[in-house]
Amino acid sequence: MALSTRSNFAKPDDAYRAIAEAHRGLSEAQSADLDAALVLILANHIGDLEVLHEAIALAKRRTLEASQQQQQQQ
Amino acid sequence: MAQSRFQSSKVQSEARFGYRRHADQDRTGGSMAEYPVVVIGAGPVGLSLAVDLAQRGQDVVLLDDADRIGEGSRAICFSKRSLEFWDRLGIGQRMVDKGVVWSVGKIFHGTSQLYQFDLLPEQGHKRPAFINLQQFYAEAYLVDRVQELAGVDLRWRNKVIGLEQHNDHAILTVETPDGPYRIGANYVVACDGARSSLRQMVGAEFAGKVFEDQFLIADVKMAAEFPTERWFWFDPPFHAGRSALLHKQPDDIWRIDLQLNPDADPVAEKQPENVRPRIARMLGHDKFDFEWISLYKFQCRRMDKFIHGRVVFAGDAAHQVSPFGARGANSGLEDAENLAWKLDRVLRKVSPEALLESYHVERSAAADENIRESTRSTDFMAPATRHEARLRKAVLSLAKETEFGKRMINGGRLSIPSIYESPLSTADRDLWRGGPRPGTSMPDAPITAPAGETVYLTDAFIKCGTRFTLLEFVNGALVDPPDGVGVIRIGGEGGFSDSAQLAAARYDAEPGTAYLLRPDGYVAARFRHPTRTALDAALARAAGND
Repeated sequence: MALSTRSNFAKPDDAYRAIAEAHRGLSEAQSADLDAALVLILANHIGDLEVLHEAIALAKRRTLEASQQQQQQQ
Repeated sequence: MAQSRFQSSKVQSEARFGYRRHADQDRTGGSMAEYPVVVIGAGPVGLSLAVDLAQRGQDVVLLDDADRIGEGSRAICFSKRSLEFWDRLGIGQRMVDKGVVWSVGKIFHGTSQLYQFDLLPEQGHKRPAFINLQQFYAEAYLVDRVQELAGVDLRWRNKVIGLEQHNDHAILTVETPDGPYRIGANYVVACDGARSSLRQMVGAEFAGKVFEDQFLIADVKMAAEFPTERWFWFDPPFHAGRSALLHKQPDDIWRIDLQLNPDADPVAEKQPENVRPRIARMLGHDKFDFEWISLYKFQCRRMDKFIHGRVVFAGDAAHQVSPFGARGANSGLEDAENLAWKLDRVLRKVSPEALLESYHVERSAAADENIRESTRSTDFMAPATRHEARLRKAVLSLAKETEFGKRMINGGRLSIPSIYESPLSTADRDLWRGGPRPGTSMPDAPITAPAGETVYLTDAFIKCGTRFTLLEFVNGALVDPPDGVGVIRIGGEGGFSDSAQLAAARYDAEPGTAYLLRPDGYVAARFRHPTRTALDAALARAAGND
């Protein structure tokens, strides 16, 4: 696996806060725009298609499972 | 495809040819005429294929159901590779002399320029990245060339209406103004376009993707001072929310593509009174005349197999792409150059029939690549979902200040020849830092002939006879080339000299380096220090004889 899923930030909370705060005060549409731009910027920074594919696969798997579980609970 | 025509009296965009009864039509029953190759369709692909085959010594019958050229599809961008092919057919210079040479493209978003690219930023190539030339002229020059060659028998208003396949030949029934006749062929090559009737006769599927968005394509005549560049707009002020393309052709004709809404009414949209204000807004004036207006929905699709029994398919008959990227006519011409030498060798029985299978392998992979590239371009221009539109918006906004954003904008990725993963190639054994790997089309470079004049490698290849050719960078110890193989020597006594040092650089050559080129100018094998045994083996493989 080329994608690193270790914890890479010394203070993970800082990274989480930075992303969360970037979205404060934005509408749903503005938030979605921001995310799209962020994904493209970060994907280019990584510059490795294999890592990108793995990241997409992981994100899809987790978000799909999470939404299925939510449906079951309802 | 809905089309309408607005003929201007000043611009010649059509030529008519007469039907002439042929002696073959007087034969009856068992005495039917038989030919090695019958090519169907006198478009750029069929004409070029016929010329190439005739130059190789084959007798070709070329059938076309019309009596004119200049109708139907209207390619305008012809690539460097296509021009190099046409050089081999003796008409490259005529095309370039008439065409509009270009290599720069610009991409705009709204009113601001986002990105500029140069498709051939380096010197030392005989041919430019592209010329724009109306398909009509290309076909007219090819017809002139055909008429110089005794080997091509071009028959207008000969429409193929029947096909009978046999083990080692096919029989065609051909309808003419004088009624039908039959003609036999060892091989039939169908270059009869996207609506190929031969494809229907062999019962082949032609499935793929249809894009919902409609594009309006117009050729307008006007005196204008725009540079000879390809200009592409996303969301231009004159066509809000959609995309547009402007491109120059000879004779003061300009090609304009406008993306319409998927629900636009095709009949209303192409009425000149509706098109005119749009284009006037784009150009800033209305001093122009329409040459042609057409509405398209693009399709990307290909046949599963390019060979069905004795019928080989080439060009739009075999594969179709959207036009952003100039991959239609150019890939058809690449089909023709790929097929001609193989068919010639099979007909002369110096290679087995199986060599033709490599045509399918190489060119169907190229079709897949062209479809992939043009699908990506079309998807970028017409995002399929709201999220895709959002991603594209992000790319366009990032492009204002980042290099990666500029390069991610897809306003058409222009045609370059595919690199073949081919059974005809001999894998590299030596260490290479660059240069064309096997399966790549030969890069050009200027070289100096012994008499002192500058020529190009592509010229030298033609002078060698457009056959298997050994390109040697001499180190004193020369290898005897196999029989029938041409030789281009760089360095040594009587050889060309690499005075600009571009040939060695582009081929990653050291003294002793040799490339074996195929008759279509693609690299079959390369060696740091070739031996005769290695060359013989590479040649046998490339000719389908191993």
